[in-house]
Amino acid sequence: MGRVKLPIGPQHPALKEPENFTITLDGERVVDVDIRIGYTHRGIEKLMESRTYTQNLYLVERICGICSYAHVENFTQNVEEILGIQIPKRAEYIRTLFLELERLHSHFLWLGVAGHEIGFDTLFMYTWQDREVVQDLLEMISGNRVNYAMNAIGGVRRDVSVEHQKKVLQGMDYLEKRAEYYKEVAINEKTILARAENVGILKTKDALKFSAVGPTARASGITVDIRKDDPYASYLDTPFDVITTNTNDVLGRVVVRVLEIFESIKIIRYLMAHLPVGEIVTKAPRKVPEGESISHTEAPRGEDFHYLRSNGTEKPERYKVRTPTLANLPALAEMLKGTYLADVPIIVAAIDPCMGCMDRVLLLKGNEKPGELVDGERLRRYSIKWFAERGWKA
Amino acid sequence: MKVPGKMLPKIIGFIVRKPVTVLYPKQRLTPPETLRGKMKFHLDRCISCGLCARDCPSAACTMHEIDGKKRPVFDLDYCTFCAQCAESCPKDAIEMTSEFELAHYKKGEAIVK
Repeated sequence: MGRVKLPIGPQHPALKEPENFTITLDGERVVDVDIRIGYTHRGIEKLMESRTYTQNLYLVERICGICSYAHVENFTQNVEEILGIQIPKRAEYIRTLFLELERLHSHFLWLGVAGHEIGFDTLFMYTWQDREVVQDLLEMISGNRVNYAMNAIGGVRRDVSVEHQKKVLQGMDYLEKRAEYYKEVAINEKTILARAENVGILKTKDALKFSAVGPTARASGITVDIRKDDPYASYLDTPFDVITTNTNDVLGRVVVRVLEIFESIKIIRYLMAHLPVGEIVTKAPRKVPEGESISHTEAPRGEDFHYLRSNGTEKPERYKVRTPTLANLPALAEMLKGTYLADVPIIVAAIDPCMGCMDRVLLLKGNEKPGELVDGERLRRYSIKWFAERGWKA
Repeated sequence: MKVPGKMLPKIIGFIVRKPVTVLYPKQRLTPPETLRGKMKFHLDRCISCGLCARDCPSAACTMHEIDGKKRPVFDLDYCTFCAQCAESCPKDAIEMTSEFELAHYKKGEAIVK
């Protein structure tokens, strides 16, 4: 039997978000993968150019629904760097607390999704139930479960009270117990082992070649973590270890994430014990002087990179975001080669893809019909005509 | 020990456990005090500076002239409940309450004046 080209997506029941994988199959084996992205481009960067820095705080947060805080942290770090303001120590600690709580909820969520992809929905139900504990803590401090609206330029907007600290520590005790359980399950449960061991191999040299980031790179034995390599917020004073494994497979990515839960719990306990007293915000001017800045943070999925150019007004001149999923896609194409078709969903899920936050540009290319740019009004008239021709009322 | 059924005791335990969810309209969870819900506007404190409308990221807060005084009007259909207006207000005229049940039938019904 010859080679078969199987298109998956943009709309497909196996995919949570629209993207296109054209998989070339030789029997059951994947020979080649062509990934096409850009279906969920929202034009956030362009929109940011027409809004003030204060308004952008809430827009930038909506790039991603899971790692929203990593984005807003990058944005505020960029603005603060150009303004040249030092944020109070307490604000730094509270920001780190949120970054780590976010990592906790993201890793619990991912563990559930991975369970779901291999048909192990019990794990999915369990982890999502535990994730509620983190969500409740986030809601208790910030007032919202996602999109916390916690950062201001020059600090944070809400303080962590003594009562909050006590509840956070209680939550950590519970989550540690649960994480112990998942650690045992991930290493011993046959359902997981059968589907994750020696699946989606990404060798160390390939991970370096394709510049993989975050847990995907760390599962291939590369010690890369922005928290250690270029400390931001309060990571310089916080003791923690970078987790790596050298199994290079999906199981390694599960183990890295589960062990990172313990590191996050350790960091949060340290932060709660050493929270400095004092102000939580310094006053920042509305206008940002001319300048350029870059900032990167270790989002739960990997390195999140932001660039800002300001022009002395209240609004940014240019903003650019590169999310971890985009950095991991070339590595994903490599991982998929040589695997079975049935393993494709779990391998794709193993990089924790977030297509919605990845799509930054829309390119019209290739051998398709040349595209045509149409404005909203023309598109509306076209749709009315299209429906009228078919005898439907628009 | 690579045996199946590592999770079995836990799963059996769930048969007798109470559900985590509550039956919403009858039973209610209390929202945290920090929750950002429907805002409350104190007209007497307002000095018509317009900072709230200037900082609103979703244009939910707009300035209108009502009874000879310029003042903000909040359309909750647009509001993202970020509470930036309350923070920008120099006179604390805007207060966020924890009221979150704001469903309504028609557009433009949820307006805070």
